[in-house]
Amino acid sequence: MRKLNRTRGGNIAIFSILILLGIFMALPLVYAVVQAIKPIEELYIFPPKFYARRPTFDNFRDLINVSGNLAVPFERTVMNSIFVSVISTVGHVIIASMAAYPLAKHKFPGSKVLFNIIVTTLMFSAPVMSIPTYIVMAKLHLINNYLSVILPSFASTLGLYLMKQFMTQLPESMLEAARIDGAREIRIFFKVVMPQVKPAWFTLIIFAFQASWNQTGGSFIYNEELKLLPTVLSQISADGIAHAGVSAAAAVLLMIPPIVTFLITQSNVVETMSHSGIKE
Amino acid sequence: MMENKVGKKTGYFRNLRHRLYVYRESYILIAPYTILFAMFVIVPVVASIALSFTDFNMVNTPKFVGLENFSRLFLDDDVFLIAVKNTMIFSFVTGPVCYFAALMLAWFINELSPVFRSFLTFIFYVPSIVGNAFFIWTYMFSADRYGLVNGLLLKLGIIREPIHWLTDSTYMLSIIIIVQMWMSLGAGFLSFIAGLQSVDKSLYEAGALDGIKSRWQELWHITLPSMKPQLMFGAVMQIATSFGVGSVCSALAGFPSTNYAAHTIVLHAEDVGTLRYEMGYASAVSVVLFIIMIISKTVIGAVLKED
Repeated sequence: MRKLNRTRGGNIAIFSILILLGIFMALPLVYAVVQAIKPIEELYIFPPKFYARRPTFDNFRDLINVSGNLAVPFERTVMNSIFVSVISTVGHVIIASMAAYPLAKHKFPGSKVLFNIIVTTLMFSAPVMSIPTYIVMAKLHLINNYLSVILPSFASTLGLYLMKQFMTQLPESMLEAARIDGAREIRIFFKVVMPQVKPAWFTLIIFAFQASWNQTGGSFIYNEELKLLPTVLSQISADGIAHAGVSAAAAVLLMIPPIVTFLITQSNVVETMSHSGIKE
Repeated sequence: MMENKVGKKTGYFRNLRHRLYVYRESYILIAPYTILFAMFVIVPVVASIALSFTDFNMVNTPKFVGLENFSRLFLDDDVFLIAVKNTMIFSFVTGPVCYFAALMLAWFINELSPVFRSFLTFIFYVPSIVGNAFFIWTYMFSADRYGLVNGLLLKLGIIREPIHWLTDSTYMLSIIIIVQMWMSLGAGFLSFIAGLQSVDKSLYEAGALDGIKSRWQELWHITLPSMKPQLMFGAVMQIATSFGVGSVCSALAGFPSTNYAAHTIVLHAEDVGTLRYEMGYASAVSVVLFIIMIISKTVIGAVLKED
């Protein structure tokens, strides 16, 4: 069925733009994967090739071997990162959404001020906050404790802002109906609001997971056993024991979990909302 | 009582204590976030702002110096002024371009069938997912002839010597701008995708009956007004990424870069703070950036007329 107000020429033009730009976006990552499966001698040939003549998993094997020499087993580090990322993501989504609902829909005393403060702090650049944050963590005795990575992710401003923006759009009448039925606000939040803003929190899962997965925790976690994957991988690359292919392999490995999260959640965004939209 | 909580009637509650009581559930919902936010965001931000008026080397106690750090920044620190200039060029190019590209792409993609839509969303978003993806560009623009770009240009005979893309100050900033555009469709793009999904579809049919003739009219009169909150969110995120540029520059062009050609405000703060241990001064640098960003946000907020 032809959609409303669409011309064939316009569709073709749009599709061509998307394909061209899509290639530009995809190429560098394809190249990263190619570098990761190139045997070492192919990394240094002229002219450089965009494909691997003899693809191999040597780089990945070397990566595991190099990390085998580390004091802590590689699997342990991977599990650390997965653990921290999952907890951070779940907490971030729930806590941010819970706070976003009253900010979007209740005019309680202080709501405007609080929201403005939250959005404004989004603009404060992270590097200089590292020293004050470290002092806070030290005072709370959270150094070498995963809470030092997890708790700040719960306080992230991005999630709250995203959820609030979507909840603002919910029609008042929908909430009123639930209130007349005698539902309490907490129940309305879980039963009425959250199902309606599904695309928002599925999107937030992506942001939150990606942010916590890439967390190095470098300034708070010093215990080798507790270190997170990005830190350990950059140690491996920085030690000079690894060549370019191994670094590429490490990078490709790091990409996998956020990509999987993205694929799972994004297909849900499209599926749940493609026919409905938020109705008045 | 309950229906009074929302809507215009709230103005009748003169008594603050009564209002606090009526909204007690709101406060319960918001409490966990607010407590964590105060501890891990408010305290560090306020501490940094306070430190910007002090001389603090991380060993001695901070000494109050008034506005000295700020006057030093603008009067005596040439590198800071270079950083401001670079950050501005950078933000004014990447900010608007990325923002409108993200919006247009999200809108185009939204036209497609679900399979294509998921696939293209993935392709366009994946550079932002992959945290440290920009290192790939160092392979592509590597200074020897094994780098992809040099290799190609040499082979085609366009250049005879490999170009030092990332250490030559002529090319540095442009390459970083390209890389930044590549990876920063990011948060705005995905929120636009989700926002477009949430637009009430019956509005389009109503619009067609009211005489909307083309997809552009539809975008302007129906789609954009329906997703103002997402547009504002995207703009704020774009400001934060554009002005906050730093790690991409240092990863690609080195730190410090040749002639500071890729030096930015964030990198300057890192430089004085973590290498020279002048935390008071570094905080002043961040406060300046903070003010620039707040001004941009206010301007954009006024344009989008968001309340």
